[in-house]
Amino acid sequence: MTHKTRMVEVRANALKQNDLAARALRRKFEDEAIFVVSLVSSPGAGKTTLLEATLRRLRERWRVAALVGDLATDNDARRLSRAEVPVRQISTGTLCHLEASMIERALQECAAGPLDFLFIENVGNLVCPASYDLGEAMRAVLFSVTEGDDKPLKYPTIFNTSDVAVLTKTDLLGAGEFDLAQARANIRAVRPGMDVLELSSRSGAGFAGWIDYLESARNSIGRS
Amino acid sequence: MHELSVAMGIVDVVMEELERRGRGRVRSVHLRLGALSGVAREALLSAFPLACEGSSLEGAALVVVDEPVSAWCPACEAVRPVASLVDRRCIRCGTLAPEVVKGTEIEVTALELDE
Repeated sequence: MTHKTRMVEVRANALKQNDLAARALRRKFEDEAIFVVSLVSSPGAGKTTLLEATLRRLRERWRVAALVGDLATDNDARRLSRAEVPVRQISTGTLCHLEASMIERALQECAAGPLDFLFIENVGNLVCPASYDLGEAMRAVLFSVTEGDDKPLKYPTIFNTSDVAVLTKTDLLGAGEFDLAQARANIRAVRPGMDVLELSSRSGAGFAGWIDYLESARNSIGRS
Repeated sequence: MHELSVAMGIVDVVMEELERRGRGRVRSVHLRLGALSGVAREALLSAFPLACEGSSLEGAALVVVDEPVSAWCPACEAVRPVASLVDRRCIRCGTLAPEVVKGTEIEVTALELDE
């Protein structure tokens, strides 16, 4: 027995709910002049260390706060609170990435007051966060020199949804097989023209360049 | 693995569409999946029946059409496929084509409904 069927055309993004929530967040951040930066990387690439050092430096001149996502524990929020800025942990439970609605909820719950910068540390994962817009103005993908220099080739999507690549732990260059020139070439192969910064949060090398990068990105908004 | 979240998103989008068009039994859902969407086709296909469970979509098939990456080629002045995910040169002339135009979508394109 055959049933007659008909095809109807639809054009709808499967992540429509997230995209709508992200769009609303982006509008809110623009209205309130908050420059929002999200950090993505594999686990252990140095997001929390970079963030702690960043918060410490920026808070001298700017009002800053951070949201940190993890499957469980509030260890990162406790670490970051040493930077003496408002920090809130978002526990994702079993979810491998942050979604825009979680950011919305966390902001409602913490009411941080007026801000110049808000940082969002995503769950350590180079796959899933790529698909979810969080309403950020800048997404930075971290990539440490203790990983393979072919990471960009293995995870091209996250490099394509990020605005800048930050090579971290450069004080450990030479400790392993990591080839810096090859890493730069790999980033440019999957994302031609991508901005690349190199730094060590621990030694401070290259860190001023990252702070300048953030401040000039914030300052250029609204002027263009 | 976020394919279950994506599958649930697909179900939401289809339910919304059915509400607008009047309900009908869905035979299949057609999806365009970009090579740079960050979604694994096989994982999505296994997650889809789970996401449909208990809804009127139960039993519907998911038909995935892969969308390769295309980018704006400044030399051809046209949208062209690129060599691969890790080699972003225009397939026609070999010029670097940084600006992705197609290949990031996770888009429901059509529904097959019972008459």
